[in-house]
Amino acid sequence: MAATTETSVSYDVERVRGDFPLLRQLQDGVPVAYLDNAATTQKPQAVLDALMGFYTEDCSNIHRSVHRLGERATARYEAARAAARRFLNASSEREILFVRGTTEAINLVAQSFGRSQLRPGDEVLITGLEHHSNIVPWQLACEASGATLQVAPLNDRGEVELEAFAQKLGPRTKIAAFAHISNALGTVNPVAEMVALARARGVATLVDGAQAAPHTRLDVRALDCDFYALSGHKMYGPTGIGVLYGKEAWLERLPPWQGGGDMIRSVTFEKTTYNELPYKFEAGTPNIAAAIGLGAGIAYLENLGLERIAAYERELLAYGTSQLEAIPGLRLIGTARHKAGVLSFVVEGVHPHDVGTVLDSLGVAVRAGHHCAQPVMERFHIAATTRASLGLYNTRAELDRLAQGLRRVQEMFT
Amino acid sequence: MSQLGDLYQELILDHSKRPRNFGPLPEANRSAEGFNRLCGDRVTIRVELEGDRVRAVRFEGSGCAISTASASLLTESVKGKTRAEAEALFQRFHQLVTGQGEPAADAPPLGKLAVFSGVSEYPARVKCASLAWHTLHSALAEAPPAEAVSTE
Repeated sequence: MAATTETSVSYDVERVRGDFPLLRQLQDGVPVAYLDNAATTQKPQAVLDALMGFYTEDCSNIHRSVHRLGERATARYEAARAAARRFLNASSEREILFVRGTTEAINLVAQSFGRSQLRPGDEVLITGLEHHSNIVPWQLACEASGATLQVAPLNDRGEVELEAFAQKLGPRTKIAAFAHISNALGTVNPVAEMVALARARGVATLVDGAQAAPHTRLDVRALDCDFYALSGHKMYGPTGIGVLYGKEAWLERLPPWQGGGDMIRSVTFEKTTYNELPYKFEAGTPNIAAAIGLGAGIAYLENLGLERIAAYERELLAYGTSQLEAIPGLRLIGTARHKAGVLSFVVEGVHPHDVGTVLDSLGVAVRAGHHCAQPVMERFHIAATTRASLGLYNTRAELDRLAQGLRRVQEMFT
Repeated sequence: MSQLGDLYQELILDHSKRPRNFGPLPEANRSAEGFNRLCGDRVTIRVELEGDRVRAVRFEGSGCAISTASASLLTESVKGKTRAEAEALFQRFHQLVTGQGEPAADAPPLGKLAVFSGVSEYPARVKCASLAWHTLHSALAEAPPAEAVSTE
């Protein structure tokens, strides 16, 4: 593959961009600079083809049809599970549950774990960095069980400090749930150390990997967490599909979350026997097409290479950081030593919504708001930030357009 | 790009940078707090009602250029009006920023508020423009609500 002129990483970003039909879109005559990848990513043609291929060639329900279409649909769905297992380096496909996304994955664990493991006085530990989807399900589980929610604080850089985290692990802590990478700030948590600290105290762990999956090589066996959650649509796959990895011993132990078809072995009105893993946790007809699309997305990422993607994005982040730091009156929020893919900032005297609207008028798509992480905003005494989040198809030229747009914002409002 | 100037008209930028009637109002006998969940914008509207008429109105809070300018121009627009007149102006303004519905034959003139005509092209910003007005509506209501109003 040809080296790009943009970075020292061997990575042909123009060729990569060619794989994404949406990026050809012109807004007022200029190509859209899509810098909202932490919200969702665009989809490569291979993913779109997989979705269309299922509906045009193999559409059928899975696991219950004797006809050929059903067999093909089942085979493709299970092949996607195999791809997800490889992607996460899980031991077995029995540990790979298809869910709607990270939010559903965390709700599944919070409710199933909460119902069976949490007692009054127990504690659930999260961090100050979490997305609402890794806060609210635990609040619900605590409310139902009488457990209490503990929060490991952030430092001024937006990092979780290991000592503070360890201090919050008490004798009553039953599970610790934390983000691998923060959606609001881009902080990469020291997840291996956090898991090790929890394990040493017999505390179960759930890692919210929604933001990590598109940027980092994952290995749940090396990490040794009990649960790992991710969303397909944030890793170039379709919406409506995600993966919950759970250690087999835990998934055997936990009660089913939802009841319905496909999750049972036999049903009588007196007694129902549950299906084996992973089907015990997959009640009802799943999002078959999206799972197959996710399989294609995973293949796309692996073909490009997670290490090369990460190296390219690291250079892009460093470039973007330097461009934004050069703008007087702009303050980066979240300056962790270990960061990935996110530039969250405030422009002095200008509200993030005004920043977002002006940038949009220039064809630069960013997010403005609290990023579903209001406690993170409160920690930094702000209501909202503007966030540019990077993906594998972004370029330095797009970050230049961001910086130019921000100078235009300052001209208008200050 | 062409629409951006329609949204951020000079008068809006002026009021956002130098909001009028900003600050406390010790004589207030009505007040309400508004909150936009989407962006965390907050506005407090305080009104001194004399009988049925708005004798004074001031606001405090923080928000984007659109919501700040809207609150500022609101205070200029409703001062001296009766509650019914203020309410009619709110309805007229709401039609303007949402781009929905035809103004009634007896609808009040918009005056300076017409600068918000560009908002209807930006659905995400309608709530910014209407937050102060929802809050005023709440402040002038017969029985003030216990909680902060929102634009939801």
